[in-house]
Amino acid sequence: MATKLLDVQDLSIGFRQGTRETLAVDRISFDIAEGETVALVGESGSGKSATALSIMKLLPYPTAHHPSGAIRFKGQDLLTMSERQIRDVRGNDISIIFQEPMTSLNPLHTIEKQIGEILLLHQGLAGAAARDRTVDLLQQVGIPDPAGRLKSYPHQLSGGQRQRVMIAMALANEPDLLIADEPTTALDVTVQAQILRLLKDLQTRLGMAMLFITHDLGIVRKLADRVCVMKEGKIVEQGPVERVFTAHEHPYTRALLAAEPKPDPAPLMPHAPIVVAANDLKVWFPIKRGVLRQTVGHIKAVDGISIEVRQGETLGIVGESGSGKTTLGLAILRLISSQGLITFLGKPLTGLNFKAMRPFRRNMQVVFQDPYGSLSPRMSISDIIEEGLWVHFPDLSNEEREQKVIRALRDVGLDPATRFRYPHEFSGGQRQRIAVARAIVLEPTFIVLDEPTSALDMLIQAQIVDLLRDLQKRLNLTYLFISHDLRVVAALASRLIVMRHGKVVEEGPAKELFSRPQSDYTRALFAAAFKLETASEGAVAQ
Amino acid sequence: MDDRTSVRVAPKPAVPETAPAAPRRWRITLSPINQRRWQNFKANRRGYVSLWIFLVLFAISLCAELIANDKPFVVKYDGQFFFPIFRTYSETTFGGEFETAADYRDPYLQKLIADSGGFMVWPLIRYSYNTHNLDLPTPAPSKPTWLLTEEECAGVVQKKGLSGCRDLEYNWLGTDDQGFDVVARLIYGFRISVLFGLILTSISSLIGVAAGAVQGYFGGWVDLIFQRVIEIWTSVPSLYLLLIISSVLVPSFFVLLGILLLFSWVALVGLVRAEFLRGRNFEYIQAARALGVSNAVIMFRHLLPNAMVATMTFLPFILSGSVMTLTSLDFLGFGLPPGSASLGELLKQGKANIQAPWLGISGFFTLAIMLSLLIFIGEAVRDAFDPRKTFR
Repeated sequence: MATKLLDVQDLSIGFRQGTRETLAVDRISFDIAEGETVALVGESGSGKSATALSIMKLLPYPTAHHPSGAIRFKGQDLLTMSERQIRDVRGNDISIIFQEPMTSLNPLHTIEKQIGEILLLHQGLAGAAARDRTVDLLQQVGIPDPAGRLKSYPHQLSGGQRQRVMIAMALANEPDLLIADEPTTALDVTVQAQILRLLKDLQTRLGMAMLFITHDLGIVRKLADRVCVMKEGKIVEQGPVERVFTAHEHPYTRALLAAEPKPDPAPLMPHAPIVVAANDLKVWFPIKRGVLRQTVGHIKAVDGISIEVRQGETLGIVGESGSGKTTLGLAILRLISSQGLITFLGKPLTGLNFKAMRPFRRNMQVVFQDPYGSLSPRMSISDIIEEGLWVHFPDLSNEEREQKVIRALRDVGLDPATRFRYPHEFSGGQRQRIAVARAIVLEPTFIVLDEPTSALDMLIQAQIVDLLRDLQKRLNLTYLFISHDLRVVAALASRLIVMRHGKVVEEGPAKELFSRPQSDYTRALFAAAFKLETASEGAVAQ
Repeated sequence: MDDRTSVRVAPKPAVPETAPAAPRRWRITLSPINQRRWQNFKANRRGYVSLWIFLVLFAISLCAELIANDKPFVVKYDGQFFFPIFRTYSETTFGGEFETAADYRDPYLQKLIADSGGFMVWPLIRYSYNTHNLDLPTPAPSKPTWLLTEEECAGVVQKKGLSGCRDLEYNWLGTDDQGFDVVARLIYGFRISVLFGLILTSISSLIGVAAGAVQGYFGGWVDLIFQRVIEIWTSVPSLYLLLIISSVLVPSFFVLLGILLLFSWVALVGLVRAEFLRGRNFEYIQAARALGVSNAVIMFRHLLPNAMVATMTFLPFILSGSVMTLTSLDFLGFGLPPGSASLGELLKQGKANIQAPWLGISGFFTLAIMLSLLIFIGEAVRDAFDPRKTFR
């Protein structure tokens, strides 16, 4: 750990748009020694990814440019290199893993072809030699039956396996520096733990340095030697992980560390009236084959689940992606068709058509995961929030309607004067508040929260959790909270259902479940989420 | 056309004190996204200039009756004023013998009016698109007047008692083989082409967008059946059908419009359908459904704006395509009824009368300029709606 492998000095990155000039990164300096792991932490928009991409010179030049600074890799300045020279560095000396394993692999080529391309490009390997090396690489990243997987296409692999292939591609030329740009953000907690362990193993085995970009402080603590905290394009604090975590100097670091949502779930209400109940709920999607499109089987997204939510409670539903938790939420809202009895405040909803459902819709609302996708980009905030009022309270006068919109905006902590703006003028957290305002303006009793915090930064997550808890107390709301983020669920849920493959693995009061999980799967899930550890083999899917 | 160019209605006066009313509610405003588009449109200089030229030409052609007409604006006869452009008077009004409509180009009537101490105020060009020039110096199609030699116009000059070619009523681009003035026919022809194109484009886009929207939004069987119907429909040879229909019906403006509409509405269906298919699973559509918003409102308010970007990008090109369709039908002789002003018919005459190049040349240039303008505008619109386009 003596020599500097990468030395970033005074680096700035600016983006030009027309005559406007925005500075994304403002004179930052850091360095990475050989074999060292440095983490770059910060919320979205703080310039972490731009920094990573500038090391590979992958930014959209000439829109992006560097007003100042130098990036020295083994003594050479990467910024002044020609395109030809930098191509030799890319993938050979420095490799990068991206966040989204779904889109970083080309869907039209086999795994063998995609890894083989890199081997051919940088090492001139082809034919049998390339195949042997590819199998070897896949073996290293822990893909079972690597030889049999060579002919697979990306869609035939799971998200975790795809990320492993990405890592294999990055390692193909044994780089000296690996840049990992939020490599686990899109993955489930159990898979995340596996990938992190893999990265750590490979690093010690191959002796490479790693620049790890993340917004998750838990990962930093587990993985990194040193950490740089970024805020609005500047590094506000850097140093060894232990020191930054225990004796931080900057107030922003403190805020970031304190951003864990505080566990203060809604109390259990064993005697309150049942708001929503579902009995043996099933959502099966038919698999059709052959010329006559005969149904040969079913994908059982939700397979016989019964739930009860009582007034004022929060029922948390956790599980990995694909476990059917979102489908369950949509089925209860009757936005997709399902089998089984659903009752709302004692009235059966099964079999009601869209029109007949309308009176119930006022009382059962939903907040979706993606604050960017769930607001129509072409409507002003005021139009978005009052849309439901037009449907359910058509007799309101203009002033009354406006008053309700203003009150809803105040309730979620937004300035009512901003209601004529459009969604793109708001940040992710503000948009999620708008989505909440749209739900509560109808004064519902029951709200389905479908991963409302998972697209947000840690700091904002904590704020939204506080907001939801506060609204629940004030308006006596009942929540169905769907999430894969167990820390957020622990902060909100009074009862918990753990789902896997459309079935309930375990359920019970949240406190008991967190302290004494019964099934292996739940234990593995909790270990991965809270300690970033992989559990005993076999409990979770690869 | 665009939904976001919304007219803000003034709010009721009782606005709560803490929430200041936005001042822009009082006038027509462009949302930021449309402002950006307008900037992008203007940044394409060629398209922007083309738009203005086209608008001016179109505006002029809309007032064709005031520019090229065989009736004067004002006639003063016997101390009274008459407005023949707006009203039809019989010849007897001016002391003539017949109950028929007055022909103001007739020297006899002109003499009657002059004798009463009156006068006539004429438009710039004294021919309408269907005015026969009865005093052609050469057999029709006759040259542009400024190309005539004194020898050629001697006959007419003598008959009218004028002093030379310069004093004749000018046919600036000559006449066609019916003795109609080419300039007048170009102005009227341009108007009818553009109007036909605009009407055909707007109606067929309306139908196409609606059909595509329904297919895309509901999907499933509706989509499947509709798609097959469209496939069969588009494989009907429309030209032959047109020939058959026009041999039964007299192809007037609206009959032609109807027939072409039968086939042109499918142009946008695929595009809009794809946009709706993509859009119907967006989270904000789900959110609207969860609010209990009805299907029609979801389609109109939430999904249509998405589809409009693709539609708007295509519209100028569909417009120029529609203009071309009418022109080619006229050229083949299956278009508008004989005698109506049409650019296609002018081209046909140009082809039949190679010795009269002014017919072909003026027809060609009018069409070429009009279509180029439309294409340039279309390019600029495409730029304007391109989300990835950055300002230059």
